[in-house]
Amino acid sequence: MSNRRIVLDWGWPLAVFGLLALVPTLGFSIPKLFDQPIDSPGTLALLAACLLYGGLALTYDIQFGFTGLLSFGHALYIALGAYLANIAITDWHWSFWPSILFTIGVTVVVANILGFVSLRVGGIAFAMVTLAFAQAGAVLALKDPHHWTHGEEGLGADYTKLPKAFVGIVNTKNLYWLALGFVAVVFFVVRWAVDSSPGRVWQAIRENEQRVEILGLRPRAYKLQAFVLSSTLAAVGGIVYMLLYSGSTLTLTQPNFTLTLLLMVVIGGAGSRWGAVLGGILYTYLNDRLIAVGGSSSVQGLPHALRTPLEQPLFLLGSVFILIVVFLPGGLAGLVARGRPSGLRRLEQAVRPGGVSETPVIEPGEGA
Amino acid sequence: MSTFLLLTVTGVGLAAMYFLIASGLSLIYGLMGVLNFAHGAFITVGGYGTWWTSVHVFGGVHSTLLRFLLSGLLGLVCGGVFAALVELVLIRPLYARHIEQVLVTVGLQLAFVALITGIWGPDAKTFVVPPWLHRTTNIGGANIPNDRWIEIATAAVVLVLLQLFLRKTRYGLIIRAGVENRGMVQALGIDVRKAFTLVFAIGGVAAAIAGVLSGVYFNVVGPEQGTSLLIFAFIVVVIGGLGSIGGSAIAAVLVGLTQQYTNYYGSSGIGDMVVVLLLGIVLLTRPRGIAGAVVGARA
Repeated sequence: MSNRRIVLDWGWPLAVFGLLALVPTLGFSIPKLFDQPIDSPGTLALLAACLLYGGLALTYDIQFGFTGLLSFGHALYIALGAYLANIAITDWHWSFWPSILFTIGVTVVVANILGFVSLRVGGIAFAMVTLAFAQAGAVLALKDPHHWTHGEEGLGADYTKLPKAFVGIVNTKNLYWLALGFVAVVFFVVRWAVDSSPGRVWQAIRENEQRVEILGLRPRAYKLQAFVLSSTLAAVGGIVYMLLYSGSTLTLTQPNFTLTLLLMVVIGGAGSRWGAVLGGILYTYLNDRLIAVGGSSSVQGLPHALRTPLEQPLFLLGSVFILIVVFLPGGLAGLVARGRPSGLRRLEQAVRPGGVSETPVIEPGEGA
Repeated sequence: MSTFLLLTVTGVGLAAMYFLIASGLSLIYGLMGVLNFAHGAFITVGGYGTWWTSVHVFGGVHSTLLRFLLSGLLGLVCGGVFAALVELVLIRPLYARHIEQVLVTVGLQLAFVALITGIWGPDAKTFVVPPWLHRTTNIGGANIPNDRWIEIATAAVVLVLLQLFLRKTRYGLIIRAGVENRGMVQALGIDVRKAFTLVFAIGGVAAAIAGVLSGVYFNVVGPEQGTSLLIFAFIVVVIGGLGSIGGSAIAAVLVGLTQQYTNYYGSSGIGDMVVVLLLGIVLLTRPRGIAGAVVGARA
């Protein structure tokens, strides 16, 4: 590895994460961007949420952008992390660390089993199957047969069992560092995994699964690896969520949650580490701020037909997402990487219906 | 026994809605390779179109039956037109880029639910239907709500019409051939793109029918109703085999009945779990679904 690459791969990210770690010590305020000073608990909590979602989006990108697996059930593993750790602590009265280890262990097992079944099918069918599994999880959390998840109320964490440093509003800066630590860990794990020899096979599968098979490798085993790694990191993110919001809520389990992760990754740029993280940060920030904008007096003064869409952040973000898919398939990261196909264009092969077996056909609109 | 009969009819009534949604999804996927998330929006357009016209356009019509039929018909037209527009404006420019097509429909579905919530609020709207639909008929000791028969009959009619269309008309032939091998159809000089728009419009009308019927079944239409129905329709499509109408019909009945029986004889909510389990079993034993020999799923 040349010096230049070491600086690019490790130096830059370390510098950026290092600078971000200093944020809670900044005393000034940025008027338009944040309502309160940077070091106030309100702003730090928002920034922590942004970082958490940046990390979660990157865990999703391991499957989607790097391996070409379109999953609609990623939320299941985030919810598993947030709920199982919380249930172990609050309902079963376990202490903190055993609960965390137990949760991660269970996630690895569940991801292996469900991944094995869902990877029986590829492409779009895989998306539907993962969606179905996630839906089963959502129903389980809602119906709450064992009185563990507390259904629609959500499960507030028993704060006496949590580490002291993560409890209370005065410790918001610790939670910020926790979220930053999470996104940094995911970033470097992805950095390492994608460059490892299985990671190269993942990307080869994304580019052309048939060739990987011809080389004598079994794509399914590699896809399962990527799936399990991505799901396990997602569950860790779920645990961070549980600490950040001191509880677990049903929104985590819902299929729409996976779809928002997909939006984040595509907006930032699929298959790009910085892209996915930035997409997650930007989406979370906008989602929060657009609610404030929608409630502001300048929007409230508008006629009804204009006001209604502006009050719905998801409508605006969904529309932005459609525009990005149509006009900028590389996402924000694609703005930088010119020349070669990036983002969604590279994923085309992976979700083509009929997958590997379909002979190339001249598609309408391709100008043939 | 009477309970069993009630559960069976209700299960088939639910299956009717699943089938109406799944048939369109399955055809669109089979022909174009697009997993159409916006199908949830088509369901919502049908339901809200019917509700809105029934209140604002046909509010003065005295006969509730006539009012329901007229507004329902307009709801279907809305669904079909909306679906065709989605195809023309959003899907057509992205031909041959399947993942982008799927993502556009995902974005549309999310934005659409938000828009509906913004305009008419998150609360569900009560549906005006003829009072007869809310009464029950006693059959074999079971008091069966009348609306179930309407749902089953409508789905059966749609199934027969779709099969006739696919088997007896030229466009049906093109669609069936396109599902089998799109490249060959194009090589023969047939413009498949017209068939694409047509399939979207048909799927949109079928989904809108499901939207109206779900309004009758649940008594209300809400912004999230389409999404929750859509997920089970996806399961039906995978179990039935992508691209097969007959497979969708069988799978819909299987899923609807399983859900009803297990929800009643087991505990509430277990039905949804068992359906997902069923999906897992089908995938492990027959990854291509019941109908088998269709393109799409790969092992």
